[in-house]
Amino acid sequence: MDEIDEIYEAVLDGDMRATPEYVQAALDAGVSASAILQEGMIAAMNEVGRLFEEDEYFVPEMLIAARAMKAGLSILRPFLVDAGIEPVGKVVLGTVQGDMHDIGKNLVGMMLEGAGFEIVDLGTDVAPAQFVEAVRNGVDILGLSALLTTTLSSMESTIKAIEEAGLRGAVKLMVGGAPVTDGYARKIGADGYAPDASQAATLAISLIA
Amino acid sequence: MQSGRTRTAEMPPWPPIRQSAWCRGGVVPADAARPRVLILACGALARELGVIIDRNGLAGFDVECLPARLHSRPEQIPGAVDRHLRRVVGRYERIFVAYADCGTGGRLDEVLARYGVERLTGAHCYQFYAGTDRFQALHEEEPGTLYLTDYVVRHFDRLIWRGLGLDRHPELLEDYFGNYRRVVYLAQTENPALTAQAEAAADRLGLILEHRYVGYGELEPALVDITAPAETRVATA
Ligand code: B12
Repeated sequence: MDEIDEIYEAVLDGDMRATPEYVQAALDAGVSASAILQEGMIAAMNEVGRLFEEDEYFVPEMLIAARAMKAGLSILRPFLVDAGIEPVGKVVLGTVQGDMHDIGKNLVGMMLEGAGFEIVDLGTDVAPAQFVEAVRNGVDILGLSALLTTTLSSMESTIKAIEEAGLRGAVKLMVGGAPVTDGYARKIGADGYAPDASQAATLAISLIA
Repeated sequence: MQSGRTRTAEMPPWPPIRQSAWCRGGVVPADAARPRVLILACGALARELGVIIDRNGLAGFDVECLPARLHSRPEQIPGAVDRHLRRVVGRYERIFVAYADCGTGGRLDEVLARYGVERLTGAHCYQFYAGTDRFQALHEEEPGTLYLTDYVVRHFDRLIWRGLGLDRHPELLEDYFGNYRRVVYLAQTENPALTAQAEAAADRLGLILEHRYVGYGELEPALVDITAPAETRVATA
């Protein structure tokens, strides 16, 4: 197994102890930070997403894999910065008001970070006014997450609040979460919807292109 | 690139739940005529449906349940309901689906619209047990609330503790429940043993428990109405 394979396997297994060690070993062996990120950790998280789709992984497997990737990223981050990789854009993320589900949002944040975005995470149960404030402070993309049917309406009211504040033209809006559909995203006036974290990264890149 | 690699993991088995008698063979119609009404229900409601059927003396319809485990994979609910309806649609005059939206984001409604079939109103069981207004008030009062029902209390270990992998990864407790402040037990029955189990469950999560007796909420009138003869039905559920 080469260094990248080891990282890939460690993330897939959710091995929080081995992942940073393998990342360090790969860096020491001269593997580039971006190869470690893309071919090791992000490829592993994409596979985790696929296994989840196929019913083979469930939420805990996904969470421990995400924790392992996070531990690996903490070693890798300074090297990505040293490699002069500028953030491709700034994304503010949050779970809408009334909703405390954050596993999916956190994964989206990690994958976007992996794709080179700077992430500001507002957390859960975020009121429309807090999102408006964040947009006012300057951001390329706002990402809204909702997992409850009852909080889908908070997504809509957040978008309305941004419109009413005259900021709709200043930001791209993407939405997601299990009950969200492409049709719903269109209906509430979002710029895009993605069904999972890896497609969220592709979407974000296309939104700022 | 490694993204083509695949892996199969050992999934924790879902310990089987004993299917309620209501869901196995259906209800024997009182007049022995073939039932014209089918209630297709979430397996998590089986026991409660049985109680409501018994205490209201309801008869003359079939009850079939889909596996309760779909509760945790709501994206599979519309397909499972669709497959079941396709098999039985010609056999009944009226079919009622005892599911709420259950996190399907309207996808279940799309399926039901194709068959002209109704379901329970609302978003999820917590809402129809508590009643829409009461649930909304509870949720606004404290968004960081985890709700329990009799069913969730009974199966807490399987659904929540093992279902979320906390038996294997207790370190995930904070990831799951770090933002939560309380547990509200929306009780269907006044049962001290279940209340004690609810207390123990909240304790395991490190949260305080509030006990609210709500009974069967909107489920009972919906069921009584749907099983009434067509001419006496007062409302669609
Ligand atoms: C884990 C879970 C929980 C955990 C949450 C822990 C946490 N910290 O988040 C706990 C147990 C605490 C919980 C609590 C509750 N939950 Co819950 N929960 C789930 C469950 C099983 C999985 C959700 C999850 O994490 N999935 C894994 C992640 C990776 O997937 P995801 O969130 O969909 O995210 C992906 C995509 O959607 C997308 N995405 C997500 N966000 C975004 C954002 C953007 C911008 C983009 C582009 C993409 C994107 O990318 C993500 C990564 O691939 C779902 C069922 C399900 N399978 O959806 C129920 C579910 C969402 N919960 C539900 C309910 C009802 C509740 C409770 C009310 C239950 C209760 N007993 O109290 C509470 C309410 C909590 C609250 N106050 O908000 C219902 C919702 C039903 C409905 N009609 O709305 C569901 C559908 C279960 C069900 N069928 O009843 N829950």
